Amino acid sequence: MNRREFAKLAAAAGVAGAAEIPWGITRAVGQTRGGTLNAIIQPEPPVLVTAINQQQPTLTLGGKIYEGLLRYSTDLKPMPGLAQSWTISPDARTYTFKLFPNITFHDGKPCTAEDVIFTCTKMLMETHPRARGTFQRVEKAEAPDPLTVVFTLKEPFAPFLSSFDCTTTPIQPKHIYDGTDYRNNPANARAIGTGPFKLKEWVRGSHIHLAKHEGYYRQGEPHLDEIIYRIIPDAASRSVALEKGTVQLTQWTDVEFFDVTRLKGLPHLEMTTQGYELFAPHLWVELNNRVAPMNDKRFRQAVAHAIDKTAMKNRVFFGLGKEATGPISSKTRFYDGNVKKYEYSLEKARALLDDMGLKAGPGGKRVTIKFLVVPFGEIWQRIAEFVRQSLGRVGIEVVLEGTDVAGWGQKVSNWEYEMTSNLLYQLGDPALGVSRTYVTSNIRKGVLFSNTQGYSNPEADKLWEAAAVATDDAKRQELYSQVQKIVVEDMPVVWLIEQDYPTFYDKKLKNVITSGIGVHETFGAVRFG
Amino acid sequence: MTTSASGAQGHRGIAVALAILGWAAKFIAVVLVIATFAFVLVKAAPGDPAQVMAGQTGAADERMLAQIRQEYGLDKPVIVQLGTHLKRVLTLDLGFSYRQRQPVSTLILERLPATLLLTGTAFLLALFSGILLGTLAGLRAGKWSDTLLTVISLILYAMPVFWLGLMMVLLFSVQLGWLPAFGYQTIGVTMGPFARMLDVASHLVLPAVSLAAIYLAIYTRLMRASVIEVAHQDFIKTARAKGLTQSRIITGHILRNAILPVVTIAGMQASALVGGAVVVETVFAWPGLGRLTYEAVMQRDYPVLLGIFLVMSVLVIVLNLVTDAIYRLIDPRVTTRATN
Repeated sequence: MNRREFAKLAAAAGVAGAAEIPWGITRAVGQTRGGTLNAIIQPEPPVLVTAINQQQPTLTLGGKIYEGLLRYSTDLKPMPGLAQSWTISPDARTYTFKLFPNITFHDGKPCTAEDVIFTCTKMLMETHPRARGTFQRVEKAEAPDPLTVVFTLKEPFAPFLSSFDCTTTPIQPKHIYDGTDYRNNPANARAIGTGPFKLKEWVRGSHIHLAKHEGYYRQGEPHLDEIIYRIIPDAASRSVALEKGTVQLTQWTDVEFFDVTRLKGLPHLEMTTQGYELFAPHLWVELNNRVAPMNDKRFRQAVAHAIDKTAMKNRVFFGLGKEATGPISSKTRFYDGNVKKYEYSLEKARALLDDMGLKAGPGGKRVTIKFLVVPFGEIWQRIAEFVRQSLGRVGIEVVLEGTDVAGWGQKVSNWEYEMTSNLLYQLGDPALGVSRTYVTSNIRKGVLFSNTQGYSNPEADKLWEAAAVATDDAKRQELYSQVQKIVVEDMPVVWLIEQDYPTFYDKKLKNVITSGIGVHETFGAVRFG
Repeated sequence: MTTSASGAQGHRGIAVALAILGWAAKFIAVVLVIATFAFVLVKAAPGDPAQVMAGQTGAADERMLAQIRQEYGLDKPVIVQLGTHLKRVLTLDLGFSYRQRQPVSTLILERLPATLLLTGTAFLLALFSGILLGTLAGLRAGKWSDTLLTVISLILYAMPVFWLGLMMVLLFSVQLGWLPAFGYQTIGVTMGPFARMLDVASHLVLPAVSLAAIYLAIYTRLMRASVIEVAHQDFIKTARAKGLTQSRIITGHILRNAILPVVTIAGMQASALVGGAVVVETVFAWPGLGRLTYEAVMQRDYPVLLGIFLVMSVLVIVLNLVTDAIYRLIDPRVTTRATN
């Protein structure tokens, strides 16, 4: 971001601040205050402290309890969070954040610059792998006054400003955690943050009850009195709960894709696929690039030609999503769709396979490949079956293998697989969520969601790195456009779908999706009526 | 006289003490063997808690994996891990779930009331109605009412429990709106103890009936066969010849003898009650031990899993003792044989 852009944002922040006054007036006109929102959380999170555990449900619920310095619009522009404004030095190494005054933790203690520095430079460095990647680039963090935080980076890191949402950088209370064993601190059970809601009761296996944080610093927020997250492990029961109105909100995979069309037709429900932009889940077929014949890019290109992505989107995902064209999602910054196209063509697929000498044997079979089915739910079985059907048409026999989460993690992270599917979040910036899958330096045995397929192209490596440290957006776009062309030609994995998830909510519920993290947002503005 | 009597008493006292000691030694040995088996089984599954956590987090690095493995003690040799586990078993320390950041004993105790309420209700419901229906069918063997009861119990036996549960939810919750579809109680509402009891009871109906269905079928069929067999024995003919009324024959002679096989089977199944019922708990979002166990398996949460195994094995042993005691109450011959 350059200074001019910043000035605009600062002005916008000022407007947002001023806008708090008229809110009181509109409320008098007929806004409903209070009420209880019933929602679903599944699977049950192990703890609620998002600094310690970053599973999906933990982050969804933790978003109400913990806040980051910034929020991000659905087109991923930064907006004020705990920080009301921010500046970036011309050399793009110094970031200065001004906090809102009067922020308090749920235990009544104030939240200041010291807490921010402690969170970013000490606690998260110990407990949060994703944040560790960002904050290890910080040379020093200082607090010239209680409401100002200044980060100085070792060298410019373009996506630094994209790293302050509540899932990446949840601000923690220094007075509780400093000098303790973070993971075993007894206060973890109380989950003390600054968010508009605080933990009231957690009955394991049943529900998690959040109540209003009375001392919340944003005037008039939260509107709701309580949020109750119910743990409903069975998908059919979840749909019934939504249908009957027992719950007024579902997210992510709470509702099975095949139920979406039916539920969309219900008069009391609203459905949106907005609010997942920061995550931009990107689905692909992962091929172990070390194993023949998948070590030949012609084979991988043939696979790309053999899968009808549009049919997959319609049949498996019931229309939710968009055909992926390359490593970067069209929802993520610096996407470039002007790359080599792999249209659905069995002829082209067969030609490529013939060309590499993989001739069809008796019965048309060329090769047999084992496909490790991802154990994260029903939908993954369908994806695997679709791939098996598709590849069978060009003589690639796919044998499906089942496993559970632990087994899948072990096999994929140790490269003991041939083919599987995978889904990664892009986290708003290619340098945060995309390059990790393709750069040589991230081939790390035993680590999931690294470059597990073992793709390596030194030319692409250089471009990914240059784009991460370039500070000018135009320059970054140019570098990312180049690297997208190279990677799409090499086809290290076969990109399938930019997945959309359905968020269902009761029509009476307002302001549910207000940012690029959607249901993970604080819900301070959510209200009935 | 007095001395010899007290001497005999002393001998008997020592014999009892020895018997108890022997029993206790057996008890500990069995528990240790089970604990070792459980450990080996758990270790045989691929993957570990670190990989599960990484898989569910969507991001991981070496440091996080190492941290988790160290917490679980997975960085130590397997034999050392087994030693630690057995030592915990002997000191009745169930350990700590690093995943849920809670002592395992807390996690199990939290789930126990809901589990026992569900499985206990279902068990008693199945047992009593099974005995009743089985007796009715057995006494009317070959008549149309017997055929009807047999067909119903066969259908119940063959029906998948999740399907039955979902169908009942569709009928009684979605269509008729009589009963809550899932959960243990109405959440977020304060009510008096009596109202709360009724509330829990209304939540209990559907899951308890679903769970009871299959056991009900088993007991009915077992009781029917047993009643038919006993009803043809000579002593029943004798009783009839003595001029006893039909009801006296049924309650005093047929039932008392016919019920023994049902008690045996019920005793074996009672120990499964503590383990909860994964399927029913999942369909009805019931916060029971079955789900805790299932999730612990999936997450490779070793301490929770081993803790549950241990508690269950102890309870199975205890429940076997209780079954023996009930057996002796119903059938005095058992006691005689045992003392001989």
